[in-house]
Amino acid sequence: MNWNLARKAVRLGKRAEILHKIRIFFITRGYLEIDTPSLIPAPAIESHLDAIQAGTFYLQTSPELCMKRLLAAGYPRLFQICHCWRDKERGSRHLPEFTMLEWYRSDADYNDLMLETVELLTDIAASYCEKGFLVVNENRIDMNGEWSRLTVRDAFRLYTKTSMEDALRDDEFDRLMTESIEPYLGLTQPTIIYDYPAERAALARIKPGDPSVAERFELYVAGMELANAFSELNDAKIQRKRFIQESQVRAARNAPTYPMPEPFLAEIDLMPPSAGIALGIDRLVMLLTGAETIDEVVAFTPEDL
Amino acid sequence: MYTVADLKKGLKITLDGDPYLVIAFDFAKPGKGQALYRTKMRNMITGSILDRTYRSGETFEPASLEDRKMQFLYKEEDHFVFMDNQNYEQYRMNEETVGDAKNYLIDNLPVDLLLFSDKAIAVDVPNFVNLRVVQTDPWVKGDTSGSDSKPATLETGYVLRVPPFIEEGELIVIDTRTGEYSTRVKG
Repeated sequence: MNWNLARKAVRLGKRAEILHKIRIFFITRGYLEIDTPSLIPAPAIESHLDAIQAGTFYLQTSPELCMKRLLAAGYPRLFQICHCWRDKERGSRHLPEFTMLEWYRSDADYNDLMLETVELLTDIAASYCEKGFLVVNENRIDMNGEWSRLTVRDAFRLYTKTSMEDALRDDEFDRLMTESIEPYLGLTQPTIIYDYPAERAALARIKPGDPSVAERFELYVAGMELANAFSELNDAKIQRKRFIQESQVRAARNAPTYPMPEPFLAEIDLMPPSAGIALGIDRLVMLLTGAETIDEVVAFTPEDL
Repeated sequence: MYTVADLKKGLKITLDGDPYLVIAFDFAKPGKGQALYRTKMRNMITGSILDRTYRSGETFEPASLEDRKMQFLYKEEDHFVFMDNQNYEQYRMNEETVGDAKNYLIDNLPVDLLLFSDKAIAVDVPNFVNLRVVQTDPWVKGDTSGSDSKPATLETGYVLRVPPFIEEGELIVIDTRTGEYSTRVKG
């Protein structure tokens, strides 16, 4: 008997239960569950996301482009649970093929989604908590609905010796984020950091009144990134310009470049003001079942196959 | 030449002129950001531990290590002397580098020596080694104290627990992976 596979039964049972609870949460709120193709001709172009090529198409890095075309066609509330692929991403919190939950809402912005994300999290977490607290390592995390938020700029001020602007200039943004900021986020309650540098949010709306940042947020619990959200950019001209900039960054680092997603660009001007979010299901299951690595919450890792 | 994509536990690379063994590795990536490759490495000469974070595009030189079949010749003060069976070249290692292997080194023992730039940096002994007991208390017949082991000193100076029936002068087999008594040599 494959002992390593057999011993995962309890966690895989909880994983199925969590997925079921997520579906109930969204269906109750009037969201339509949708299923878009995994195989797409052009992935969203982002500097540091590498797609896996499959024939002349690509495996999706996220269902984002199809979801937004649905918003543009008048679907007001959508959710999808699907597999996504990101080339060469493998670590204790990364699998090159992983499960994503994405949901989108028209007539909403990232502030509305912050509330809804914490509501989802605390709703799902309730059955896995002791007296409303999630215990991860030595941290007791309050899951009773309290949460905190701070801007990315303030996070740099608080946790590093440099500013967000200087970190970007010195190409130290990602290293400081990973080593000096992330490990301290969400240790006592779910924490959101928001207003990312505009160049770190190719598909997000620029914040009115502060063109240096975009309306993007990330949710952290126990030092782990769980979800990423935007107020969606719905201006095709700006979106095309940002995709070109991202392509230039990719070319500069000798990464493969991707075709322009033309049908998406042709339709997004029709997208009403909307917000969307992507949440890593595997990481959510890790958190709620006390798993130390992502390997423990999936039946098979690539190395097991 | 290795790239960051080759990093994994067990990889041996050269860093600042020294060989390093990767003992822990993780991939990290802040949302939408650049990938970071976090490693913990052990200097294979000094044993010191190093934490290093790399980014995409960085490269490494493999550590040019060589495993050679040798035999242990003798101990000279605090140095152990080995000889290559092929070309009779001799290599010296100090007690610290030899580590726990010193408990099993008897004359002519076949070993694997790990060489870096023609310098011996580690010694690997066979999994099972026969060693003679030079001192142990006799077993008192009818002892009902229930003790199921007693200390014994071996010819290398190594002290371990053996079953009560083992006598002075006997040859016993040691499992070098655990450092424990395995069985007595029959005949």
